[in-house]
Amino acid sequence: MKKILYILQKEFIQVFRNKTMLPMIFGVPIIQLVVLVHAATLEMKSIDMYVVDKDLSTLSTKLVNKFEGSPFYKISGRSFSIDEANKEIENNCADVILHIPNGFEKNLIRNNSSEIQLLIDGINGTAASLINAYSTSVILDYNKNILVELTQMPKLADMEPISIQTSYWYNPELNYKTYMLPGILVILVTIISLFMTAMNIVREKEMGTIEQINVTPIRKHEFIIGKLFPFLIIALFELAFGLTIGKVFFHIPIVGSVSLLFGFTLVYLLVVLSLGLLISTLASTQQQVMFIAFFFMLVFILMSGIFTPTETMPMWAQNVNIINPFYYYMRVIRMILLKGSGFWDISREFFSLLIYGTIMLSLATWRYRKVA
Amino acid sequence: MVNHNNKNIIEVKNLVKKFGDFIANDNLTFSVNEGEIFGFLGANGAGKTTALKILSGLLFPTSGNVMVAGFDVYREREKVKKNIGYMSQKFSLYEDLTVKENIRFYGGIYGLSSKYIKEKTDDLLKRLKMEDIKDSLITSLPLGWKQKIAFSVAIFHNPKIVFLDEPTGGVDPITRRDFWEMIYEASNSGITVFVTTHYMDEAEYCDRVCIMEQGRIDALDTPTQLKKQFNAKNMDEVFLKIARQPVTSNNII
Repeated sequence: MKKILYILQKEFIQVFRNKTMLPMIFGVPIIQLVVLVHAATLEMKSIDMYVVDKDLSTLSTKLVNKFEGSPFYKISGRSFSIDEANKEIENNCADVILHIPNGFEKNLIRNNSSEIQLLIDGINGTAASLINAYSTSVILDYNKNILVELTQMPKLADMEPISIQTSYWYNPELNYKTYMLPGILVILVTIISLFMTAMNIVREKEMGTIEQINVTPIRKHEFIIGKLFPFLIIALFELAFGLTIGKVFFHIPIVGSVSLLFGFTLVYLLVVLSLGLLISTLASTQQQVMFIAFFFMLVFILMSGIFTPTETMPMWAQNVNIINPFYYYMRVIRMILLKGSGFWDISREFFSLLIYGTIMLSLATWRYRKVA
Repeated sequence: MVNHNNKNIIEVKNLVKKFGDFIANDNLTFSVNEGEIFGFLGANGAGKTTALKILSGLLFPTSGNVMVAGFDVYREREKVKKNIGYMSQKFSLYEDLTVKENIRFYGGIYGLSSKYIKEKTDDLLKRLKMEDIKDSLITSLPLGWKQKIAFSVAIFHNPKIVFLDEPTGGVDPITRRDFWEMIYEASNSGITVFVTTHYMDEAEYCDRVCIMEQGRIDALDTPTQLKKQFNAKNMDEVFLKIARQPVTSNNII
C-alpha cells in the first residue's frame, strides 16, 4: 500500500511539472466547451441565397423580399443568368439559388399555379436538407398569403382543421447547446483519461525507466493502481471543471443528481483507463499510442450518438455500440443532466459498463508483463 | 575486496536464449562467487545484455537453469528481484524528477521506510558531494553525475547482487575512475557486482572476467590467469586474440 503512495507522489509531481500538462488540463476543456458548443450546431443562421428573378414582377419581388426579411437568409447576389448563379455555387459563394422563371406572375394569375426552382448546394447533405426545409416553409407561408390575395377569401387563411401543439420535453426550447455540452464533456473526460494513461506508461518504455521499475519487486496491481489513479482523479476534476463552465457560461440544466453522475463516471473511467493501459501494453512508442487511441476515439465518438441519434443507425451499428463505452456514457450523461434520471433508470448502462470495465481491467492486467 | 568463500551467489547451467532463429545466449554455464566483482566482456551484440536481463528477471530464458541469490529466475522471479539491484545501459532515472525525488521513489517502491530513506539519502548525498544539487532536476546534470546517482539508486536497498550494464559508457576517464571507486566500495560492503563492459582496461579491475562472443563464453578466469593463458601483456590483447577468429556478419564491432 505504501508503495502505491510513492508511485502516486511521483506521478503527480511529474504531471504538474510537465509544462504542457497544466495548459492541457485547464485549457482544453475551456476551448473545447466554448468553441465546440458554439461551433457544432445544426442551426443555420445565414444561408447565402443567390436570386435569379427573371420575372421582375410584383409577386416575384414579394417572394424575394420574404426571403430577405427572414433572419436565416442573406441575399448574396442577383442576376438574370442561371449560369452565373451556378458559378456562385461552384465558388462556394452561395448555398442556394432561387430561380424565378419568366411569366411567374402571369401564370399564377391566369392558371392559379406557377413554378419556381430551388438549386441547393448538396455537398453537405445535412445542411442541404435543412436549407430545403427552411426554404419550403418560407414558400408555403408565401403561398398562403398569395391565396388570400388572389382569391380574396380571407377565411381560407385562418382555416386550420387540426392544430398541433408541440412541446419538447427536457429541452423545451430545443436549445442545441444544452444537447451538445454533455456530449463534449464525454469527449473531454475520455481524451484526458485515455491518452494520458496510455502515453504515460509508454513514455516510461521509451525512456527506459520502465525497465528499472520491472526489476523491482513491485507487484503488478501496485504499479497499475499507482499509474491509473492519478488520471482517474484528473478526469473527475475535468468533469467537475467542465460542468462548472457549462453551468456558469451556458446555463445548462443540471436536473439530476451530480453524485450519481460522478458515480457513473467512475465506472466509465474504469473502462477507459483500462483501455489506455491495454493500449500501452500493445504499443512501444508514443506515436503508436496516438494512432491506436485515435482510431478508437474516432470510431467510438462518431458512433456514440453525439451528433446523430443512435436509433437511426443501421442495426449492425447499434450492435457494435454494445462495446462502445462512449455510447453508454453519452446516453447516461444526457439522461442525468437533462432528464434527471435516477439510478434505476441508468442501472442497465451502469452494470453493463461495470462488467465491461472488469473484463478490460483483467485483460490489461494480464497483458501487462514485468518480463518479456 | 577478494573474499572468495566459494559460495555461488549466481549459478547458470546450460542457459539458452533464442529470439526466433537468432541465438543470443548459446548454452552458457558459469557461476559467480559471493562478494566478487564479475566482469562480463564482449563486443556489441555478443549477448551480454541478454544474459544480464535474464539474470535480473527481465527476460525469460528459453531453457536452462538459472539461480540468483538462491532463487530460480523462472519460478521465483519476485524473490530474485528483492535481492538484486540493476542499472541499465539505457539511462534509468527520471529526468523530470530531482535527485532527491528519484532516490525517494526507488527507495519507496523497494518498501523501505521513509525515515530510513531520508537518513540514507542525506548520507549518500554527502558522500557523493552532491548536497548542493539535491533539488536539481536530473536532466540538468552531466552524464557522469547521473551515472553515479543511478548506481547509488541501484544499491540503495542494499541488494546482495548488483547488475551493471555498461555503466561507464560515454563517461570521461576521471568519472570512470570515480565510478570504479564506487564499485569497489559496494563490493567491500559485501555486494556482489556483476558488470558488463567493452572497455578492456576495466576488465583488469574485475576479480574474474568472462569473455563472450556470438552468444558463447570463450574464456572465463581471473585477469592474471587469462593474460598468462593467452600470453598477453594486457586484457586488450587477450580480447583481440580471442576475437581473431573470423567473425560473422551480425557481429559488427
